[in-house]
Amino acid sequence: MEVAIIKYNAGNIGSVENAVKRLGLEPIVTDNPEIIQKADRVIFPGQGEAHSTMEYLKAHKLDELIVNLKQPVLGICIGMQLLCRHSEEYNTDCLGVFDVDVKRFIPQKHEDKVPQMGWNTIEDTKSSLFKGFEKPEFVYFIHSFYAPLSEFTIATTNYIQPYSSALHKDNFYATQFHPEKSGVVGERIIKNFFEI
Amino acid sequence: MLAKRIIPCLDIKDGQTVKGTNFVNLRQAGDPIELGKAYSIQGADELVYLDITASHEGRKTFTELVKRIAQEINIPFTVGGGINELSDVDRLLNAGADKVSINSAALRRPELIDEIARNFGSQVCVVAIDAKCEDNTLYENGDPRIDGNWVCYVNGGRVPTERKLFDWAKEVNERGAGEILFTSMNHDGVKNGFADAALRKLADSLTIPIIASGGAGTKEHFRDTFLNGHSDAALAASVFHFGEIPIPELKQYLTAEGVNVRL
Repeated sequence: MEVAIIKYNAGNIGSVENAVKRLGLEPIVTDNPEIIQKADRVIFPGQGEAHSTMEYLKAHKLDELIVNLKQPVLGICIGMQLLCRHSEEYNTDCLGVFDVDVKRFIPQKHEDKVPQMGWNTIEDTKSSLFKGFEKPEFVYFIHSFYAPLSEFTIATTNYIQPYSSALHKDNFYATQFHPEKSGVVGERIIKNFFEI
Repeated sequence: MLAKRIIPCLDIKDGQTVKGTNFVNLRQAGDPIELGKAYSIQGADELVYLDITASHEGRKTFTELVKRIAQEINIPFTVGGGINELSDVDRLLNAGADKVSINSAALRRPELIDEIARNFGSQVCVVAIDAKCEDNTLYENGDPRIDGNWVCYVNGGRVPTERKLFDWAKEVNERGAGEILFTSMNHDGVKNGFADAALRKLADSLTIPIIASGGAGTKEHFRDTFLNGHSDAALAASVFHFGEIPIPELKQYLTAEGVNVRL
């Protein structure tokens, strides 16, 4: 199976590459449109800020490429937020695969620290991405912005309020958390993505 | 609900894990990658690798080690020790670290915190603070009083500075650090509990997570720092390295005591 990991100006891409390698595959980290289009699976990873990453995608014509992909695509963290319609982070128009507007967490009490950093549970999972999950499982999050619940929600997490920790539409899957840093649970999610 | 985190800390010298008691007397405690993997399987939530080698050669060895850790470990890890400038941060993040921990360099040049936050994001910037309550008479229930004279130290706890703990922690928060790792030098290595009064003051006044460090000796100490110290995470070394407190047992205990941890 050919796995392409989209290379752009976001951090943490090497972690995804390492995680895929631990599953015995040899992913290609690339911004080459032909390689990305031909891959069996595409991962759109990253950690970073919406505005500068979106500008980079547009400048490198990766924006049109991504929304037109037909194979299973997995967006992770900022990759998920960029697949949404809009982000409150520097008021950024994003790729619009998911008709969802990404909001900033507003703390309601002192314990609500932003960013959310650490392990939280995913519940109400409904997708082959979470095949074999029988109870709420802990996964690793670092983020200050969130996607509200919507028709695309396939996993729910509660931090300040319930929100979408994973989204799905057609061939596009996305997680707010980092499966590549979520221990054996995360490995299972990545493996499930390869088996879709 | 966001879980409280348990973080084993591995001190690395010449590619091997060591642990000091009161910052001296190093003892060997195993291969860093095997140990990290074992902790990950046991249920550690994150790992911290601290490079205590001072030489340039040692730095290169450590960077190579970070690359191997990133390849083999499937949970987040922080690296620290000898980070003086932005290029060190860049090198270690590129090698695959999730976060970097800075200490003396931040006290010498606080702008480094702003620079890391701006260039790589607040989430990668952990500021470690080693502080000591200098008023030996000001103790309450065995804990130094929070209104005592808490002085920040540099160079692995060897050199005092002009900075006071709570003022410095506030500045660190405002400059854009993502987390504070606070080690009470009065408590470190003594195994008599974390500095919960001071930790609580930090946790209740700041807007970023606080990692408690120094003093873990029993499971109760972990419960106390989460419930009384309001810590977001607790870090320890020797109680984990020498198997005194197995992590699965610790997490079962914390769950029974009403602390939300990842099982």
